[in-house]
Amino acid sequence: MNIPSVVAQLVFFLVALLTLISGFLTVTFRNVFHAGLALVGTFFGVAALYLMLEAEFLAVVQVLIYIGAIAVLILFAIMLTRGLMQSETSNINKQWAWAALAIAVLFLGMFLIILQVPWVHSGGAIYRDIVPFLGTQLLTTYLLPFEVVSVLLLAALVGAFIIARE
Amino acid sequence: MDIWSFITNPFVSISQLINNVITSILTSLGVPADITRIVVFLIMAIITITILLLLAPGMMMYMTWLERKLVARMQDRLGPNRVGPFGLLQPIADMIKFLTKEDIVPEGVDGPVHLLAPIVVVIPVILSFAVIQFGVGLGAVDLNLALLYLVALGSVATIGVFMAGFGSHNKFALIGGMRAAAQIISYEIPQVLALSIPVLLAGSISLTGIVQAQSGLFGLGWFIFYIPVGPIAFLVYLIAATAEVNRVPFDLPEAESELVAGYHTEYSGMKFGLFYLAEFLNTFLISAIAATVFFGGWQGPFVAQVPVLGIVYFFGKTILLITVQLWFRGTLPRIRVDQLMNFGWKRLVPISLALVLFTAATLWAYRFVMLALKSLGG
Amino acid sequence: MTLYIPITYYLIIAAALFCIGLFGALARKNAIAVLMGIELMLNAVNINLVAFWRYGSPNPISNQAGIVFALFVITLAAAEAAVGLALVIAVYRSRDTVNVEEIDLLKW
Repeated sequence: MNIPSVVAQLVFFLVALLTLISGFLTVTFRNVFHAGLALVGTFFGVAALYLMLEAEFLAVVQVLIYIGAIAVLILFAIMLTRGLMQSETSNINKQWAWAALAIAVLFLGMFLIILQVPWVHSGGAIYRDIVPFLGTQLLTTYLLPFEVVSVLLLAALVGAFIIARE
Repeated sequence: MDIWSFITNPFVSISQLINNVITSILTSLGVPADITRIVVFLIMAIITITILLLLAPGMMMYMTWLERKLVARMQDRLGPNRVGPFGLLQPIADMIKFLTKEDIVPEGVDGPVHLLAPIVVVIPVILSFAVIQFGVGLGAVDLNLALLYLVALGSVATIGVFMAGFGSHNKFALIGGMRAAAQIISYEIPQVLALSIPVLLAGSISLTGIVQAQSGLFGLGWFIFYIPVGPIAFLVYLIAATAEVNRVPFDLPEAESELVAGYHTEYSGMKFGLFYLAEFLNTFLISAIAATVFFGGWQGPFVAQVPVLGIVYFFGKTILLITVQLWFRGTLPRIRVDQLMNFGWKRLVPISLALVLFTAATLWAYRFVMLALKSLGG
Repeated sequence: MTLYIPITYYLIIAAALFCIGLFGALARKNAIAVLMGIELMLNAVNINLVAFWRYGSPNPISNQAGIVFALFVITLAAAEAAVGLALVIAVYRSRDTVNVEEIDLLKW
């Protein structure tokens, strides 16, 4: 029971608590703008989890893209579609009981399966900067998905523009 | 440690001295080795954070003084000169005014959102100070993803601006908030692309790596001298970053004559003080980043022998760039929001894309030629 | 550096976040709230991918499939959020509501 292990588990517990509580608030707030802000909190929690997994590049990209772009887009859309959706009415629809039952069963199933699989910890050590290797691999091993994703982003951009204009 | 290293590199020597003193005290008390390491690390971290948190508002206060004096002289008047000699105590008077003003909260505001918005705007800027290298080995953290970290924190401020506009229950604030958010996200792309030019030239995203790659030519091999990409990238970065922090000429979202102060209309007292702090700290931050990646940061002649000159060079370059920004404030008119969007998307984005393409092609051709010459010669 | 946290902790957190997101996607009235649930699910999947990259490959530096996969998932989430929100705005313009219970013209 050495100190780094205790500190690591404590930090993990706090970060996981932040993420799960923000996620829970995202799906239960009545006012959808507040739910959007709780979603931003969840994204921060997930970025912290990536930092604990030693994927720092992905943590920074998560903050940059999810919080800096996707969350802003969601907040813009919330603002543009206000009006009749005020916060007095509840935001849970008619089938919430069945949904809650389904996810409880699903979570229980996944929890039991995860605890029973004999995971093999074969993770090696990360002893140098991974970003140059990531860049090289994106353009050599994973070149085809990279180019396809860029075409897909172009299609999404043009499609969103056409659908949303007057 | 000898006197010479103490004189030429005082701050690093003092921090090593404190380190050694605390380690020897704790070891002589019989504390085991790894707890000693943790305690020393924590104490050094607390000292560093305290220094940064005192330095940032202090610099911001004197930047406000500089701005008022400079803009006043450009407008053929004197600026503050009553409070203290040359008005040097004016920022302190302003700070007392902000702290003692009544905090008026209008009736229909969305409580937590209205309260948290200034905090969400200020915190990313203060967090960005952690990676700035103020001198040789004088940064709080030497992150190997420093530039990407700074870009990511710049994009978090959009959420704060949106919260301020939306939570204020005021049409003008809402329009101002939307315009500010649209402006920030539009100018993020030219900013990131212009910042990727030094990354390409240096081969590293960490700020120390970029500064060390500018050490050629007797300390003057700065990236801005790499014609033609250096100056153009610097100009694109300066324009895009000025738009990111809502400074003149891009300050439409907060202009007092346009939207009744835009997204911070409904804020008074210390909450407005936080928005003001964020704006000036942001100005310092973008000047510091431009000085680091384009002008060599702490590089300069004789830095290897006398490292304390690095601080002088860094602050000199940063203050020069801050003065350029304050010069914009005093002379340029404001840009209309449609002209702003037009300029950002139709002019800056193609220019920065072409710049990245050109730099990458030139670098590849240069390395190919070098490799070919080496294999021919060897 | 040894890994002090077993992989099961990360997988359980990801499973919990996925279930919370699924609840949001199934049981909310506002169409944008449904999209927020979908984003939560994509984040949970990403945590899983990165955890398996870190704990499962003997050479995480030269085999970065986990991070590249997660990066592509983030990119696709951005594209899908953009198109989804454009659709929501278009529906709002013609129906004047974003309540999923009221957008039911195609129901029998």
